[in-house]
Order: sequence, then C-alpha cells, then structure tokens
Amino acid sequence: MAMLEIDNLHAKIEGDEGREILKGLSLTVNPGEVHAIMGPNGSGKSTLSYILAGKEDYEVTDGSVTLDGEDLLEMEIDERAAKGVFLAFQYPIEVPGVATMTFLRAALNAQRRTRGEEEISTPDFLRLVKDKAGALGISQDMLRRGVNVGFSGGEKKRMEILQMAILEPKLCILDETDSGLDIDALKVVSEGVNALRSPDRGMIVITHYQRLLNHIVPDFVHVMNKGRIVRSGGKELALELEANGYAEYQQDAA
Amino acid sequence: MPAVQETVEQVRSIDVDQYKYGFFTDIESEKAAKGLTEETVRFISAKKGEPEWLLEWRLDAFRRWQTMQEPEWARVSYPRIDYQDLYYYAAPKAKEGPKSIDDIDPEILATYEKLGIPLRERDALLGIESTGGSKVAVDAVFDSVSVATTFKEELAKAGVIFMPISEAVREYPELVKKYLGSVVPVTDNFFATLNSAVFSDGSFVYVPKGVRCPMELSTYFRINERNTGQFERTLIIADEGAYVSYLEGCTAPMRDENQLHAAVVELVALADAEIKYSTVQNWYPGDKDGKGGIFNFVTKRGDCRGDRSKISWTQVETGSAITWKYPSCILRGDESRGEFYSIAISNGYQQVDSGTKMIHLGRNTTSRIIAKGIAAGHSDNTYRGLVSAHRKATGARNFTNCDSLLIGDKCGAHTVPYIESKNSSAQFEHEATTSKISEDQMFYCRQRGLSDEEATALIVNGFVKDVLQQLPMEFAVEAQKLISVSLEGSVG
Ligand SMILES: Nc1ncnc2c1ncn2[C@@H]1O[C@H](COP(=O)(O)OP(=O)(O)O)[C@@H](O)[C@H]1O
Ligand SMILES: [Mg+2]
Repeated sequence: MAMLEIDNLHAKIEGDEGREILKGLSLTVNPGEVHAIMGPNGSGKSTLSYILAGKEDYEVTDGSVTLDGEDLLEMEIDERAAKGVFLAFQYPIEVPGVATMTFLRAALNAQRRTRGEEEISTPDFLRLVKDKAGALGISQDMLRRGVNVGFSGGEKKRMEILQMAILEPKLCILDETDSGLDIDALKVVSEGVNALRSPDRGMIVITHYQRLLNHIVPDFVHVMNKGRIVRSGGKELALELEANGYAEYQQDAA
Repeated sequence: MPAVQETVEQVRSIDVDQYKYGFFTDIESEKAAKGLTEETVRFISAKKGEPEWLLEWRLDAFRRWQTMQEPEWARVSYPRIDYQDLYYYAAPKAKEGPKSIDDIDPEILATYEKLGIPLRERDALLGIESTGGSKVAVDAVFDSVSVATTFKEELAKAGVIFMPISEAVREYPELVKKYLGSVVPVTDNFFATLNSAVFSDGSFVYVPKGVRCPMELSTYFRINERNTGQFERTLIIADEGAYVSYLEGCTAPMRDENQLHAAVVELVALADAEIKYSTVQNWYPGDKDGKGGIFNFVTKRGDCRGDRSKISWTQVETGSAITWKYPSCILRGDESRGEFYSIAISNGYQQVDSGTKMIHLGRNTTSRIIAKGIAAGHSDNTYRGLVSAHRKATGARNFTNCDSLLIGDKCGAHTVPYIESKNSSAQFEHEATTSKISEDQMFYCRQRGLSDEEATALIVNGFVKDVLQQLPMEFAVEAQKLISVSLEGSVG
C-alpha cells in the first residue's frame, strides 16, 4: 500500500469564493521514496504542504488524501503529527520565551502520548538531543534560546531538521529548506536530511532550485504549475529544468 | 468534672491565658451569627481571647468602616454584596486545640488531598523534610483558624518567629502592637478597614536583625465554609539586615455562591532587609457561565522603611471571579528597592483589576514592574499601576513593562498606568504591548504534535517566563501547571 496517496486534490483559500489554488493534484509516495516537487513561485507548493499538515486556512473542495490508507484530511493537526507527518517550514515560526529544549521535549512527549507510548526519560532525551544536535552543528546555547528567536535563516533551517531527526516522522515534507542557506549550511542540512533517509520513511522535498537536489538526490521529480503536477520524471528532470527553466510549463498550463 | 470545679478552672485560665479559654471552651460554636454588627466584632475578639487594645482597634475600624463607601473605580462589575448576609467567623470543628498534626481533623487532611496539594507541601505540613533537601514551613490556614504550624523549632533556633497572628498577639504583643496597621492604616480603604474590624487569622513573621531565614515560609489559605467571608491578616517584619522569602498559595473547592475575601498583608523591611513575597492564587473562579466564584479584594503593601531595604512581590493570579489587588511598595528608605512581578490570567467570565503602586519617597530609590496579563474566554483583564516620586525622591527610577496577551476575541485587556513625578530628577520608563497568540504559532506547535491546549499553554508559559523565573523553583513548576489548567477550555 502506498504510504501517501493524494488523488485529484482541489483546494482554495477558506472563505475565498472562486479561485482554486490546487486544481486536481495527484501524487503517490511509497515508503523509502524521496520525491522532489519543483515549480515556479506561486504554483501552490507551500499550499500543498500546508494542506497535508492540516493548516486551517484552506478548504479542500474535491479529491482525497490518505496516509497508510487512513483519511488524512479528517485528522486534527496534532493527530497527523503523531501519525508521522512532519513539515519543515519554509519560514519557521518564533515562540518567544519557550526554550528550544523545552519545545522539543514537549513535542516529542505529546506525540508519544497521542500514540499511547511512554514519555521519554530525561537522560534518554538529553542523550538524543546531544547526538542529533552535534551532527547538525547546533550549540547548547541555541538549544537554551527561545524557539527560533534571534536565529539566523540558516540556524532556523538546521533547527527544523533537528526537530525532524528527533521526532522521527514517517512522512517528511521539506518546504524550500534550501532557501536562505549558503553553500556550507546547505551541505550540513542536506547531510542531516540524508541521514534520515530510510526504507520506511517517505520524503517530499519542495524546492525552487535544482541545487538542493545535488545534495539530496531524489527518486522522482515532479514539476508543479498552477496547482497541478504537469510533469513527472526521474532525477534527471531536475537538471533539465535547471537548463531550460519553467517557461515551457508555464505556457502549457496557461 | 463537677460544674464548680470547671468554673474554677475556667476562671484560672482566664487569668493565665485568655486565649486558651476562648479557644477551648467555646469550640463547638464555631460560627458567628450572620451579619456584621459591633456584637460580631466583639464575638470574634472574644473567641480569640484577645487583649482589650486589640478589641478597641477592631471596634475603631468597624465604626470607621460603617461610614465608608465600597470603591467603584476598578474595572470590575459584580452584584452588590450584602454585608449583612455573610458570616464573619468560622472555625473548623476540633475537640482540642491544634497542638500537632495528630490533632488535625482527618477530614481536613482529606480535603487537602482532594485539593491536590503536592506531596512536597503535604510533607511540609506533616513536618517531613522534602525530597529536594530544601525545607518549606507551612502555617496552614483552614477557613479562618490556623490548624497546623510546623518547623517551629528550627525557626526558633534562628530566632525567627512564624506563627498564626492570633498567637503572636498573645506571645509577642509588643511587636504586633508596634507594626499592625503601620503599613496599611485602619482607614486605608473600604476592604482593608473591614478586614481590620473582623480579621480572623493569618500569619505573623518576625526575622530578627541580621538573620537570613533558614527556609522558605509558606501558608496555605483555604476557603471551605459556605458563605464565610475570609479576612486573613498577615504581618511580616524583617529587621535590619534580615532576609525572608514567604510563599502563599491558594486553591478552593467548587462553590455556587460568591464568597468574599478581603485580606490584608503588611510587610515591613528595616534597613538592609529584604522580603520576597510570592503568591500563587487559584481560588474558585466561577463556572463556565460566570456563576459563583470568589470575590478577592486584597490589600497588600510593603514598607521599605529602612535604607537599602528591598521588597519584592511576585504573584501568579489565576483564580477568583473578581480580583482587586495591588501589591505595593512604599520606598521610604534611601536606596530602597521595590519589585512587582505579576502574571494575571483570566478565563471564562473572570474579571481582574490588578497592578501595583510604587511610591518613591527616599533618595535613589528604584523600582521595577513586570506585569503579564493573559485574557481568554469572556474575561476582562486590567493592569492598573501607579508610579510616583515624592518631591524629595531625588534620583528615583522606575522601569515598567506591561504585556497583555489575548486568547480569542471575546476577552479584553486594558492597561491603566498612572505616573506622578514631583521630582525632576526622577526617571520613569514605561513599555506596554498587547498581542494575540498568532495562528502561525499555534499551527507550528500543533504540527509538532501539541494539542490545542498544550500549544496554548506552552506559548503562554513562554510569554510569562520572565515572571516565572522570579518564583522559587518548586513554586515555579507548580505555577506552570496551574497556568495550563486555568487556560483549559480557552481554545477550540
Ligand atoms: N493564505 C493565503 N491567502 C491568500 N492567498 C494565498 C494564501 N496561500 C497561498 N495563496 C496564494 O496561492 C498561490 C500559491 O501560493 P503558494 O502555495 O505559497 O505557492 P509556492 O509555495 O509554490 O510559491 C499564490 O497565488 C498565493 O498568493
Ligand atoms: Mg512556497
């Protein structure tokens, strides 16, 4: 069974008459696969990731999404998270006054509780964070600071990957994780993501640029435009896009 | 015991120990009749076997109270209180006076358990050292009479006096006489005057010169009797160079009817002394529709009487239907310092009008105010503060920061800062913000697995962090939980 099955998804902004953002999008992700979604700005990539995560600003008007055969769209946001849906935000949100460490632990334990598992012990948690943070070059000082408060763009993205590493999701959605990263940071983040690739984990890597896909090599590449996937192929499709740009697809869909 | 013999015994005990007489023999009639008259005041005073001077003090207050009007300036509204329809004195039933933990009614202990008092405090109440190695002395006030006092010996060794104020009146009349009403005068305000007339009991603390109190002092105030006004009276004195940290915490069982609470707390810090007073207040706030709940009209004031003295108020206010409370500092001594750290949370139909007054009288006095108000549900949350500099208060400085957080769109947050400066060298700084929990923050937290309520609690805890840090460790943990509990039902 496919892990994630998106079928003919139509969606619009909640309360906004008329204009659809997603116009019949279909995508299947199996365990172990990494899918890249590329496309021009405004094509609906972030919208797709938000709808999968359950953000309330959108209204699904048609189609379906299942995760391991269950109706994902029926689930609460935190329920989806506990079932293994993780979204690395394009613009991570600040939560002032809440130490990153506290946040990580609250999130991990909340997910465990929802799944009926025991909470993690303090020593186990500290060990886990130390391990994963070290690999991502995240300092203890950063972990004590408020969530994303005063972090540079690169630090925020690394923190998203740290959260992903700690929460061990089933389905990782990375929304423009490469934006705002210099080449060194891009390497660190990509290594972090690659370390999480596994036969039972699926990934959707959203990016505008091919550059990221040199580091996180996808199994499939999809081109998205105006709310639809207009072409799918292997990793070589990314290179073609890099050479030719999106112009061809934008015309097609118009 | 034959009747004659008993009478003889009683007469003897009146001579030696008026208090015992009053307390022991009449214990079965624990309630004063409903209503407030001179008789009620005399009853209370007699009940406690008080000396003549204190009875006169109470009567004086009562007569003045009769001429006073209930204040109406606060941003709270509630049905008129019929002061003649309340009880002004209630004591828990007991066969014997409370001498040790064994004398405490098991029913009362059971109630403590039901209220969910953490083991730490129960241990403290039972006189057992807490697991953390630090000790907490509890002077438990159940309804109006103190029923348990612990750690007395260790405190006595340090020369610290910590006992029910009714006992202090007998054992240290000079100290009580000297300081009672010296910070909050009898006629200070309607509720304080009422308290002066009918105060039931409360804590008395005296820390002698140069002594650092060896433990945190803690009192639990409980309200358990239907229709019983609560009039606690607390007096804390830190003599020159002394230090004391006092914790006050409250919870209350469910109630249908509004209950009046009008406490008075007076703090006196002499030269180089420091008093830290922390409160966690969690009285019954009323039900979902705003029915019931405690009316909490409190007068708390500290007097930095000596040079370089310091008084710090920290409060976490989550309970009560109505809160009317302005813990204040009179900065009389030169270079004295006042601090006010507050978290006030309102949910449901709660109304909070709280803040502080920093009265700068001495030279180079400093004060700091950090107030965090959180309004949810249909509640109203007002910060009301006064910072003033007297003409002689050269070099006075204040920093005020008031932040309000709104949860939902049916609640209100208001900030009413008053600033008065009669000295041109005074420097007062004021910052204020009002914000909402953003949907983006909620989405982010929930995407990571937190429920609506967990996310709200986490964000709120972040918002109040600066104040939580001011609380003693073990209190901070509790307060954090309390914040989550009090915001339940505020979202979704
Ligand atoms: N919350 C929103 N309110 C209004 N318009 C939105 C909202 N989210 C997305 N859109 C619109 O939907 C389209 C797709 O946006 P988005 O999903 O962010 O695209 P991408 O991530 O591919 O750049 C854009 O035209 C954008 O302006
Ligand atoms: Mg986007």
